[in-house]
Amino acid sequence: MAQLAKNAKACTVNPLKMSQPIGGALAFMGMRGAMPLLHGSQGCTSFGLVLFVRHFREAIPLQTTAMSEVATVLGGFDNVEQAIVNIANRTRPEIIGICSTGVTETKGDDVDGYLKLVREKHPELDHIALVYVSTPDFKDAFQDGWAKAVTALVNALVEPPLPHSQPDSRRINVLPGCHLTPGDIDELRDLFEAFGLEPTFLPDLSGSLDGHIPEDFTPTTIGGTGCEEARAMGSAAWTIAIGEQMRPAAEALEVKAGVPFRLFDRLTGLEANDALIRFLAEISHHPVPRKIRRQRGQLVDAMLDGHFHIGGRRIAIGAEPDLLFAMASFLHEMGAEICAAVTTTHSPLLAQLPGEEVIISDLEDLEVRAQDADLLITHSHGRQAAERLHIPLFRMGLPMFDTLGAGHLVSVGYRGSRDLIFAIGNLLMAQGHAPTPESWREFPSTLSNPPIKELVS
Amino acid sequence: MSSLNQTIQDVFNEPGCGKNQGKSEKERKKGCTKQLQPGGAAGGCAFDGAKIALQPITDVAHLVHGPIACEGNSWDNRGAASSGPQLYRTGFTTDINETDIVFGGEKHLFKAIREIIAKYDPPAVFVYQTCVPAMIGDDINAVCKAAAEKFGKPVVPINSPGFVGPKNLGNKLAGEALLEHVIGTREPEFTTPYDINIIGEYNLAGELWQIKPLLDELGIRILSCISGDARYEEVAWSHRARAAMMVCSKAMINVARKMEERYGIPFFEGSFYGIGDMSDSLREIARLLIERGADPELMERTEAVITREEARAWERIAPYAQRLAGKKVLLITGGVKSWSVVAALQEAGMEIVGTSVKKSTREDKEKIKELMGQDAHMFDDLTPREMYRMLKTAEADIMLSGGRSQFIALKAGMPWLDINQERHYAYAGYHGMVELVREIDRTISNRVWEQVRKPPPWEEEGAANWQSRAMASLEAEAEELAAARLADPALAEANRRAQAVCMCKGVSTGAVEDAVIGGADTRGAVSAQTGASTGCGACGVLVDQIIEDLSPLLQAAE
Repeated sequence: MAQLAKNAKACTVNPLKMSQPIGGALAFMGMRGAMPLLHGSQGCTSFGLVLFVRHFREAIPLQTTAMSEVATVLGGFDNVEQAIVNIANRTRPEIIGICSTGVTETKGDDVDGYLKLVREKHPELDHIALVYVSTPDFKDAFQDGWAKAVTALVNALVEPPLPHSQPDSRRINVLPGCHLTPGDIDELRDLFEAFGLEPTFLPDLSGSLDGHIPEDFTPTTIGGTGCEEARAMGSAAWTIAIGEQMRPAAEALEVKAGVPFRLFDRLTGLEANDALIRFLAEISHHPVPRKIRRQRGQLVDAMLDGHFHIGGRRIAIGAEPDLLFAMASFLHEMGAEICAAVTTTHSPLLAQLPGEEVIISDLEDLEVRAQDADLLITHSHGRQAAERLHIPLFRMGLPMFDTLGAGHLVSVGYRGSRDLIFAIGNLLMAQGHAPTPESWREFPSTLSNPPIKELVS
Repeated sequence: MSSLNQTIQDVFNEPGCGKNQGKSEKERKKGCTKQLQPGGAAGGCAFDGAKIALQPITDVAHLVHGPIACEGNSWDNRGAASSGPQLYRTGFTTDINETDIVFGGEKHLFKAIREIIAKYDPPAVFVYQTCVPAMIGDDINAVCKAAAEKFGKPVVPINSPGFVGPKNLGNKLAGEALLEHVIGTREPEFTTPYDINIIGEYNLAGELWQIKPLLDELGIRILSCISGDARYEEVAWSHRARAAMMVCSKAMINVARKMEERYGIPFFEGSFYGIGDMSDSLREIARLLIERGADPELMERTEAVITREEARAWERIAPYAQRLAGKKVLLITGGVKSWSVVAALQEAGMEIVGTSVKKSTREDKEKIKELMGQDAHMFDDLTPREMYRMLKTAEADIMLSGGRSQFIALKAGMPWLDINQERHYAYAGYHGMVELVREIDRTISNRVWEQVRKPPPWEEEGAANWQSRAMASLEAEAEELAAARLADPALAEANRRAQAVCMCKGVSTGAVEDAVIGGADTRGAVSAQTGASTGCGACGVLVDQIIEDLSPLLQAAE
């Protein structure tokens, strides 16, 4: 439906996009006992660290190979080796997830080769999983980095089932896209468990970045999916992938372990969740639980109550493809008009977006296209544009540094969709303009200057 | 890159820095920055440092030439406040892609500058070099020069790609860019004998505005602040000031020193943090101005303002100081302001149980020691686990640190206050000191601590929580070590001796001990023999400690 407009600018102004390596690093943060490691100069890590700390309001495990100018020119083997050894000694991780950056990709460091050498030289590190993903900063975006890291995790960890073994019909794998918050993961876990299913999320941010007080003090992630659990994913009955970005990871899992997958391009909105619930009932042979039937009713009611405020409103959205698709589609179903859509990277979903046009660009372009919008939806960096446009900003995506509870914003399931209607509807409701005597005046009044004055005697 | 290398060498040669002058030619070439440890480093890069130093210039378009990571992951994330233009909060980047890597990004950069000037018409464009375009050989100096000529506007190259070093170096490289391209290129409409520059003040959370009203009252004009709430032209005409104050330790010493050399502007190093320091700084500003020809009556007026302000500040602190007296503060600041903060807290009657010195220069560290006495712990490169142990064993009442380490305190149910870049409160001058004390009091006395320390209903009162388990595991580790020492004393001793004292030069505890036992009984002698503490100098205190620990042994031997 939407045409992909060409971005001809040389200068990106007010970036919407963030870089691939930190998307990859975030995926690794959904693993238990993980230490993500960026292979680049220490600034690459420092910026990502500050960004995640401010978004999640949590301690963030993230390390750097601290490439100097000289090391960059000579190649980074020593730095990669030292970093792994130091991390192993200092933090005792289960897994080190390594992402390359622009610097080391420009040089052309062969990190796969480095890791082979490290394995040969350091048999004492055999118990630590080392997973590498190539994520140059000058290509693609945050969402792509996340997707590539999950694919790398699947390829590195998941073991094919034993021959002649039957898949465990209770167990399912879930591959969530980076647009799902820890709160979303929790919501989905509740849903799956209500059908008697046992989900393994890869990765699982709800264990590591949901802001809980940990059971123990650790410099690595404080929860998430363990490597053992990931290895066992090959014996699950189904894989559920959420977001188009997860298709390559789901395909990799199918190729590696023969687990069939079903991809849901979004889980926000009535129809989208109906499809999920139908599927869960089918694979679990479990009737839809009462709790969920009630939640559906509540969502329908919320849609009825909310359509007064959302219907016909013009909404401008800036987000990564999967989040953009989920939000634009849902709001479109609620009767809103998507007057501007800006995203960060290519996706087959872009062609299916409601609205006339979508552009891979920045928040400057979103602001220009949102001149007569009623609402802006993007991450916290939209705050300057919203202020200039005098319209409210509904914060979604990463980073959300000027708000509490970013990790618990839920937009999936019947319940998440219902609450999203309330939050957005409330913002729009508060925008109501009270009429004044001048609201509908189109021609000047002549009363203030009457042509004939009559004296009242 | 050769000109960049020259600039870096030039910065390392800084004659205003006593520490550098104490080094040999060879050491100086190696630079003043600590070698970063892969897998154990956490700070920002030189680009980050340059951006921090210059972005507070509010009407300039700050254009980052590099892949999306450098600007996309970090823009508009600092609290430098502006009294007018907001353009400095707009993120501009070339967001270079694979095509640029293959064919070079210079044309792309030129077009980006053209677009910015066409759309935003700023008084100047600052172009920041980053690692990737530096590697592929993009000559931003040439592009900036061509753009400046073509568009008739200053286009200033800031050559500080991330991989040349840490933040601190980036601050200085940013200063070099101002000296080379900006300072001295405009003339103010008029000057007065009361014109000063403030160098190294970024107006975070509006701190400059806690100082400026007092200067205004005294008739002292801030001709240029480099760079808090600055306009381009103010920086460009800063060479006409009569005197300068350099804030924030050594971050921009090169700017202050070279302006003294080129334009005869005398400067002093001062701080706005803490009542005593604030008063000293006002006096010093007045003294320098009078020396340069201002009416000597300025000093009387300055003293009058100081007397009034100090009295008012103490009066407002008094109610808090009573409640805070004896409270223990664990200070972990990544910043260069450690010593200024120490002074401020002591004024409020609090006790400092430690401070980190990671990014502070050696002189900072000496000042900290002077202020706190020899007992205070100083932590270099603490791991979170060690930081937590300090919190517990030092029995600190509150931890003050930058945003990154806050969760160690919070997860342990400990009061914590942000004192770094991202903080939201202004702590400068007399007002700021009162504000800091108020914030500490508001934090420590919050009832929430009592609530969050309660055990969950499914656990018995006093049952082991994760904190006590963590402490137990630390103790268990210590016991394990002791047991290992008993089981295999030789191996345990070898392990202990192998631990590095000096990270820069890789000198082990054993090597330092051997040198001390061999007769090297001063830090200098140990350094000369082993090379320890000749890099960043941070381990000097550890060397001192070893000398002190071994001295009874040596005396006994005699």
